[in-house]
Amino acid sequence: MADQTTNSVAFVADGNIPESPPPANETGVVKWLRDNLFSGVTNSILTILALVLIYLLLKNTLPWILNGVWNANSLAECREILAGRTGACFAVLTERWPQLIYGFKYPVDAYWRPNVAFVLMLIALAPVLFFDLPRKLLIITAVYPFVAFWLIWGGTILVPVVALLGCVAGGFVFQKAGKNSFAAGFFGAIVAALVVWQAGGWLIPEGASENAWLTAVPSRDLGGYMLNMMLGLTCVSLSLPLGIALALGRQSRMPLIKWISVVFIEFVRGVPLITLLFVASVMLAYFFPPESTVDLFLRVVIMITMFSSAYIAEVIRGGLAALPRGQYEAADSLGLDYPQAMRLIILPQAMKISIPGIVNVAVGLFKDTTLVSVISMFDLVGMIRGPILASTEWNGVYWELWGFAALVFFVVCYGISQYSQWLERRLATDHH
Amino acid sequence: MSTLTDPPNAGFRLSMLFNDTRYRSLTFQVIAAIVLALCIWYLGNNLIQNLRAAGLNISYSFLGDPAGYDINQRLIDYNSQSSHARAALVGVLNTLLVAFLACITATVFGVVAGVLRLSNNWLVSKLMAVYVEIFRNIPILIWIIIIFTIMTAVMPGPRAFRGDDATSSMVLDLFAFTNRGVYIPMPWFESGLFASTAMNWVLVLAGFLLSWFVSGRVTTWANHKQEETGERPKTLLLKLAIWFVPFAILMLIMGLTWEVPALKGFNFKGGIKIGGPLIALWFALSIYTGAFIAENVRAGIQAISKGQTEAAAALGLRQGRIMNLVVLPQALRVIIPPLISQYLNITKNSSLAIAVGYADITATLGGITLNQTGRAIECVLLLMLFYLTASLTISTVMNIYNSSVKLKER
Repeated sequence: MADQTTNSVAFVADGNIPESPPPANETGVVKWLRDNLFSGVTNSILTILALVLIYLLLKNTLPWILNGVWNANSLAECREILAGRTGACFAVLTERWPQLIYGFKYPVDAYWRPNVAFVLMLIALAPVLFFDLPRKLLIITAVYPFVAFWLIWGGTILVPVVALLGCVAGGFVFQKAGKNSFAAGFFGAIVAALVVWQAGGWLIPEGASENAWLTAVPSRDLGGYMLNMMLGLTCVSLSLPLGIALALGRQSRMPLIKWISVVFIEFVRGVPLITLLFVASVMLAYFFPPESTVDLFLRVVIMITMFSSAYIAEVIRGGLAALPRGQYEAADSLGLDYPQAMRLIILPQAMKISIPGIVNVAVGLFKDTTLVSVISMFDLVGMIRGPILASTEWNGVYWELWGFAALVFFVVCYGISQYSQWLERRLATDHH
Repeated sequence: MSTLTDPPNAGFRLSMLFNDTRYRSLTFQVIAAIVLALCIWYLGNNLIQNLRAAGLNISYSFLGDPAGYDINQRLIDYNSQSSHARAALVGVLNTLLVAFLACITATVFGVVAGVLRLSNNWLVSKLMAVYVEIFRNIPILIWIIIIFTIMTAVMPGPRAFRGDDATSSMVLDLFAFTNRGVYIPMPWFESGLFASTAMNWVLVLAGFLLSWFVSGRVTTWANHKQEETGERPKTLLLKLAIWFVPFAILMLIMGLTWEVPALKGFNFKGGIKIGGPLIALWFALSIYTGAFIAENVRAGIQAISKGQTEAAAALGLRQGRIMNLVVLPQALRVIIPPLISQYLNITKNSSLAIAVGYADITATLGGITLNQTGRAIECVLLLMLFYLTASLTISTVMNIYNSSVKLKER
């Protein structure tokens, strides 16, 4: 052993070897490429296939988009300008822009009204979507439906004012009577609102809409992307309370109420939306009083609201079921009655769990508003298929129009789903 | 102030109906029943009055009248003299056909995209994310119309296949993609054992079922053997033989031949024609729902904790076996419930056939028949009845399957 230490050790390190940078193929872009794109034979083949696919896509679409013609009056003119090169004819979008957005019958001099309603919508939605904004802004949200109704449909301002007054009266009665008993407040509010609306109906003079400041626009003149947005927004906001009621009804211990909710939900979820729209267009009129005429827009809103409320009810039921039993028992032991327990303890938590599901339903519903084109309403899809593609100028401009329709839906739906993910992170109060 | 041990008041007061928990639920239910009855009475009364005013009645006798319209895409015999009921049946079969086809292809697309989205390959996973987001966020109706437009406006007409300077040619000389639809070769039997074609196909199907059963027995036997001796007998060749030898013999006996589509006159003749609307609907439903299924598959695989994969790797299992034996069986339990609702969605979304003129039940019964006879209420009710039955059946079948793969708990 001894001579080993004296003879065989030729070199003893007396310090650390200086750090050297990692080899070139273990850093930076090269390493990333190796790890993520070419880590094996299969991976390399997949990467090359993907690259070829992307190249083919770009090769075919890029010149088409970049060569696009934005100013022309017909497809023939477009082709003349392009002179044989590949290129899109986006001129159809600029030329038919009002039709795509407002439909083809909405009065031209009234286009500013939906525009204002749209801007107001953004303001009204802001406090609902972002909790950090001052709560006072919710007043705008509460008034918005009436303002938007007046702006889009026009006519006398008395109608939305009376409708608003009815709601205010209902809210007031609920505040007063609802302190002791939720049921008394609830039914009292409904009665008060009905009384105000009935009285308002007598007060508004016949033909008040004819010389109104904003000319009245009948529902059948609405169209374009505006119609999709209106249907989507109205039906989602109406179906939320209905969905909550159905979800609670389905959980109820009262057999009759439970039974009604279950039959309604399962029936609506079992049939496609198109059949419900058929009901709206050909069948629902039979169920209204003989002398009344309920216009198609309202009938469609009723049916789509029923449709989405059943889906929202199922989502909320999932949220209710996910709550631990202890929450219900804790609410009971505090001496809260059913409405109080629901409003203060159960629903706030259940709704938080249900938000992603509700947003999914809302996105699906917004996409489904395109189905109204099947019952000959002229929404964005209906406008493209009908008046625009059938016109002599633009017959054959498929890709530009459908690409545009796809784009506007994608932007809104993708935006909503990104918002929901943000909200989920924001509301996450549990620890990870 | 009364204590809890006090007996309840003997007398009955009206306010107890609302305030006493013994009576309250009954009161509410009675109110609900009265409101429900009033609603039904009101709607029914309106219906009767409206029908009387329009001189209509509710009757299903129109189903027996001749339909008077033609249907191109059909699975059973039908002509314009057939009854409305027959037209509806054609529609039902067409709905089931497209729903069945789309369920299969959507599952394939979804599983592939879902697995690829979890791939280590950055480019591929991003590409799949783009696919999922694009198809999930654009309405299915727009996809159906876009693909239908490709089918009709981009595909060449039969004329382009003709002559020496033909601009289009058949793929492999077997398939023809035209703007009137896709033509594929049709198999048929020269010397079938039965007179009718359908019976021959039933025979082939029976043969397959037999092979399936026997190969299942072989697997059981191999498992048994493995448990007894620790050695798993090699069954691959045996299984291949079980699957293919009887099939090949059957085909040889019955004289399988392929009828290849050929251009005759102005159109293709022979083979099987798959119409443009069917392809548009099928393909659009598949890629649209495939994007949703991809997300379900991804969520299912991600729900399996990494420990499972690592434990399997520690046992020395190969990559493929880890997926097949450990991850997928567990992921399947998470994937199947949302998959059921995707299949239901496909069935319901197939009603959009009416937008491209594919003759499904909505287009026949709810479209042409309704418009011709004016029997709106009857037609819409029958339509809803069909979809309700279909939805309930699918969900029952899939729930049975779900409970068979579900984790068996105590």
